[in-house]
Amino acid sequence: MATAQVIRNPARLEPWQDPKAVPYVRIEKVTKRFGDFVAVDDVSLSIYRNEFFALLGGSGSGKTTLLRMLAGFERPSEGRIFIDGVDMTEVPPYERPVNMMFQSYALFPHMSVEQNVAFGLKQDRMPAAQIRDRVAEMLALVQLDRFAKRRPHQLSGGQRQRVALARALVKRPKLLLLDEPLGALDKRLREKTQFELVNLQEKLGITFIVVTHDQEEAMTMSSRIAVMNQGYIVQTGTPTEVYEYPGSRFVAEFIGDVNMFEGRVVEDEPDHVLIRSDEAGCDLYINHGVPMPIGTQVSVAVRPEKVLLSKDPPPDGGGRNATRGIVREIAYLGDASIYIIQLHTGKTVRVTAPNVTRRVDMPLTWDDEVHLSWRPFAGVVLAQ
Amino acid sequence: MSRNGFLPLGDRMSGGNPPGVPAFLSTAAAAVVALLRRVGLWGRGLVIAAPYLWLFLFFLVPFLIVFRISFSDAVIAQPPYSDIVQLLEDTDLEQWKLQITLNLSTYLRLLTDDLYIYAYLSSLKMAAVSTLLCLLLGYPMAYAIARAKPSMRGPLMMLIILPFWTSFLIRVYAWIGILKANGVLANMLGAVGLVDSNWELLYSDVAVYIGITYSYLPFMILPLYATLEKLDPVLLEAAADLGCKPWEAFLKVTLPLSLPGIVAGSLLVFIPAVGEFVIPELLGGPDTLMIGRVLWNEFFSNRDWPVASAVAIALLLFLVVPIMVFQYVQARQQDGEERR
Ligand SMILES: Nc1ncnc2c1ncn2[C@@H]1O[C@H](COP(=O)(O)OP(=O)(O)OP(=O)(O)O)[C@@H](O)[C@H]1O
Ligand SMILES: [Mg+2]
Repeated sequence: MATAQVIRNPARLEPWQDPKAVPYVRIEKVTKRFGDFVAVDDVSLSIYRNEFFALLGGSGSGKTTLLRMLAGFERPSEGRIFIDGVDMTEVPPYERPVNMMFQSYALFPHMSVEQNVAFGLKQDRMPAAQIRDRVAEMLALVQLDRFAKRRPHQLSGGQRQRVALARALVKRPKLLLLDEPLGALDKRLREKTQFELVNLQEKLGITFIVVTHDQEEAMTMSSRIAVMNQGYIVQTGTPTEVYEYPGSRFVAEFIGDVNMFEGRVVEDEPDHVLIRSDEAGCDLYINHGVPMPIGTQVSVAVRPEKVLLSKDPPPDGGGRNATRGIVREIAYLGDASIYIIQLHTGKTVRVTAPNVTRRVDMPLTWDDEVHLSWRPFAGVVLAQ
Repeated sequence: MSRNGFLPLGDRMSGGNPPGVPAFLSTAAAAVVALLRRVGLWGRGLVIAAPYLWLFLFFLVPFLIVFRISFSDAVIAQPPYSDIVQLLEDTDLEQWKLQITLNLSTYLRLLTDDLYIYAYLSSLKMAAVSTLLCLLLGYPMAYAIARAKPSMRGPLMMLIILPFWTSFLIRVYAWIGILKANGVLANMLGAVGLVDSNWELLYSDVAVYIGITYSYLPFMILPLYATLEKLDPVLLEAAADLGCKPWEAFLKVTLPLSLPGIVAGSLLVFIPAVGEFVIPELLGGPDTLMIGRVLWNEFFSNRDWPVASAVAIALLLFLVVPIMVFQYVQARQQDGEERR
């Protein structure tokens, strides 16, 4: 992955590791049905104070629906939702300590940018002078001070999105729900706002739940990610866990790029496992055991950046985690290149490698015969 | 023009002479078309011009005629007013004079005679109250229809429009049957012992309110529905999310956003209600004073056409102001939508 993760305070706790920690938001076996259609399926989650929690999933996977249940716009068909220990399942949205930024922004068309942002504060009967200060501060943060008097229809999509963000943030809720908060921003502003959001969150102590289908965004900003698919939560974990130890083929393929090798367990010891793969053209050696009997069909996931390319055979061969192929495509990205390599078995494999030399001096070119190899920790065994 | 009587216009005008059409005719037609083209009255220009022509013929011309009559003297003759333009021949000086006599006393009478002022004020009051009743009844109905399941909205709107399929007059007559002594309403209320059976609402201002509200309700509901249906429900969720109870969200979001519908509906009810004649005539009492009735009486009972015309002109002036407000609001709304 090319994105840098926002470096968080190392002293930061990982409350989900702590069995005594009390979750701030607890979603218990929540299911939401629309008629016969199950949009959210038996979801349980614990989200802790000050977390930046990302819900990641493809279109229609139920992220918005889950968020709407947290905000109170949908009632769960089954299950309960607790916020700060209080059962919120029956509490109407206007009484929840929660603000939401809507996917469609939902700005009030008859109010100016300023009035939109001030709306929630006015509702709380905050003194006018204080409202003015807060709104000004918020608009400065999202760089919209110049547009304070405009109506939403006079703004660009990205500007509207920032108004929606400001409106949700200005009340400093305990829990902020963001539905695709940065989708319409350009790359620069998006990265800036990502940092801004993380800073704000650490400064104000707001718990964020962010819906996104942009995995880079999820990796960059969040303390933990829940990957959703068809209403289920497939895996929950830190960005590193989810990326390095995907629990299923779906997660491995959804987050980042991955090479999948089909194979059969031939040796299973506590400290390693050996998988014979015709697709890879070699035995795959992984330095941990798996709870699977000999002979089980499995997939082994190897990330493209963990594969090494060389013209010469790798030194400690032994035929394990090493195979050969021909370079079919090279995509030059500047800092790295992507190589598409066709193995002699016919399978194509994707490899990314940093461009340590200048492009003109690159040792590999089209139709070169190359050796591929990877370390024993690189592969992840996935049940089929 | 024998067998080719039905030849399409375009063919007749194109190029050569179709058999049977005299040459001068097709030349003349071509010249007319060329002229219309030159002044931009062909194709799109023609389509735009058509409604203006319509308005000119059926609004502006009658208006000017009425306007002229309002300045003439009432006379017992046929027609019952004098001509304000006279061509005088001065035989001594051998001169011709065009004399225009404007009789302003009719307008003065409108301002000084209590009857007219009362009639205007009373009409405005009746129209305003009826408009308010329409709004109070129509808003919840329009809201409910706009929030109904999409498949139900069509049939529900159909029910609103359905009464138009029966003649307006017949529907107003039906109210006579309901409101009169021993009528449907009196009998129903009598049955539960609320009133005795001689009680009647007919021939009172209340009956006129009922009649106008009933008749004009659809005109209120239609524009209200149009604005309420466009209102994105997610805006109400946003308001709730920011701490609004449902009624607060209604006041702060739904109501302001449906304002164009309220204005449009109110004007559509108010403007015709001010000049309403049939309903007060059929349902109103002897002292239900409305300008439409006064107008009718001046025209047909007193045969005082100048006064009747002046009354009509004054009524129009009364209504021009709300119409202009309507235009302004509509233009602004469209403007906003285009930019959205
Ligand atoms: N009110 C509703 N009635 C019926 N089906 C609904 C309703 N709301 C959502 N759904 C369905 O539930 C599923 C999940 O929808 P949801 O909006 O939660 O998806 P999402 O994960 O937010 O997707 P996206 O990334 O496209 O926003 C979809 O298949 C959608 O069609
Ligand atoms: Mg969504």
